[in-house]
Amino acid sequence: MSGQQIHDKGVAELARALAAREVSAVETAQHFLGRIKSHEALCAFVAVDPDVTLSQARAADAALAAGNAPALTGVPIAHKDIFATLDFPTTAGSRILAGYRSPFDATVVRKLADAGAVTLGKLSCDEFAMGSANENVAVPAVGHDKAMPVQNPWDRARIPGGSSGGSAAAVAARLAPAATGTDTGGSIRQPASFCGVTGIKPTYGRASRYGMVAFASSLDQAGPIARSAEDCALLLSAMCGPDLDRDSTSIDRPAENYSRALNASLDGLRIGVPKEFLGDGVAPGVRAVVDAALTEYEKLGARRVEVSLPRTELSIPVYYILAAAEASSNLSRFDGVKFGHRAAQYKDLADMYGKTREEGFGDEVKRRIMIGTYVLSHGYYDAYYLQAQRVRRMIAADFQQAFEQCDVIAGPVAPTVAWELGAHGNDPVADYLADIFTLPASLAGLPGMSLPAGFDGKMPIGLQLIGNYFGEAKLLNAAHRFQQATDWHTRTPEGF
Amino acid sequence: MSLSASDIARIASLARLQLAPDESDRLQGQINGFFEMVERMRAVDTTGIEPLAHPVAVIEDITLRLRDDVVSEQNNREANQKSAPAVEGGLFLVPKVIE
Repeated sequence: MSGQQIHDKGVAELARALAAREVSAVETAQHFLGRIKSHEALCAFVAVDPDVTLSQARAADAALAAGNAPALTGVPIAHKDIFATLDFPTTAGSRILAGYRSPFDATVVRKLADAGAVTLGKLSCDEFAMGSANENVAVPAVGHDKAMPVQNPWDRARIPGGSSGGSAAAVAARLAPAATGTDTGGSIRQPASFCGVTGIKPTYGRASRYGMVAFASSLDQAGPIARSAEDCALLLSAMCGPDLDRDSTSIDRPAENYSRALNASLDGLRIGVPKEFLGDGVAPGVRAVVDAALTEYEKLGARRVEVSLPRTELSIPVYYILAAAEASSNLSRFDGVKFGHRAAQYKDLADMYGKTREEGFGDEVKRRIMIGTYVLSHGYYDAYYLQAQRVRRMIAADFQQAFEQCDVIAGPVAPTVAWELGAHGNDPVADYLADIFTLPASLAGLPGMSLPAGFDGKMPIGLQLIGNYFGEAKLLNAAHRFQQATDWHTRTPEGF
Repeated sequence: MSLSASDIARIASLARLQLAPDESDRLQGQINGFFEMVERMRAVDTTGIEPLAHPVAVIEDITLRLRDDVVSEQNNREANQKSAPAVEGGLFLVPKVIE
């Protein structure tokens, strides 16, 4: 099999070719490692270790030869560097974790390894997953000596989105058939949209958070980024399921086979389009793509209904209060004592904490710690933190009302296509405002996905689908039928 | 509402962040810009609405579990300490805190 034939295959096709022994796991891994090396300029990977990868691939070939191989045996994947991995460094994109080696694997990493997947390496992300553009990465990519944002494979002067920017860019550039990501406020859906790939976050509590470096624990969820809904279904099935002893918010509900309903008919499917998602702030190119996608769905038998999510704009302050509060609490563990960076010079313990954290954290992380510390401090807790949690309940209730009239919700993922590197300058609030359409489903803990639906010029645009709780199979079904009828998800950026 | 330079210093001290002076100034402007956006949220009438922590609690009862109080982890001290900045005799070293 030629190299191009290998990297043009998605997860399902590669798994079939590996099982049929048309290609070996070692050949496959070597081919992708070669592509990663020749595209180092993209800055997608922050760690590779060919010895580890090839040894996993040899084990996969042995399992395939013995005929007892699980579904993903030999399929290469890469992990967002927010997942703890025993065999690769884990930095969460932060200087404060430089040199850190985890003594354990995240549950999601272990489950994918148990399903037979081979790990290609770790992918760049915004520091502690805080960012919408990958511009907040503080760790140099493989082959570089200073930290630089991942480039968007469709236009190297543009950002790939964030925080799972390395994951989306690597899949778009065919450096890996699939990658893991995490989504706290849109960090799977938005980079998937900006890079023209498919990504899904499941219902909150469905994938274990054990070993995911914690950012905002009531929002963080893991999910896959791949080229198609069919591939995402395979990966998500392997990633999800209860982890009751390791994650106190994990939901006690058996794992599911999300591929089971991929081909179900969409006849009569009611697609709710929130009127607040198509207001003046949406770029004309994005609106045109969303409209065309909805028309395509009508051809497939679905019906478009207008719904309302009246508190969409409030999602921004609610999210940024809650996420900052949880982050300030979670990041208090980084103190220069148990792991990672410690300042070289200090007078006493307090001085060591203060200097270590000042040197170790980047600007956006410090901003969020400051905001979070303030809203949790005496006298402000009720007015900010509890108020945000109350409005969060109202936002979640709005969705339940909308789902009385529809089966899934559809709209844009982001108001624009990927912007140019540095375009939001020194204004963090500009990045926050661009998260408006992904934050509501995050706050409600609902499953959401992005699937390629068209282009504006050369830049890809995703359609967002949001399901009700535990409606992942229905989302993947709707996305798969769309991908059977369209070819947006098969487009490849020039030069890859 | 607007945070003053001394508010920023107090929050930084609570957060154990030793900010450089130019950094404090920049943060003050950015954080005040952020809180302007938050005013809309503060104005929402939430009388009688319970705070929501686990989002799935909207549709079903969610109780945070406690696991049984039994030993479940093996001693893995060496692996757990291998990324620590300073360790001696199995202990994490910190600057002296009691004279």
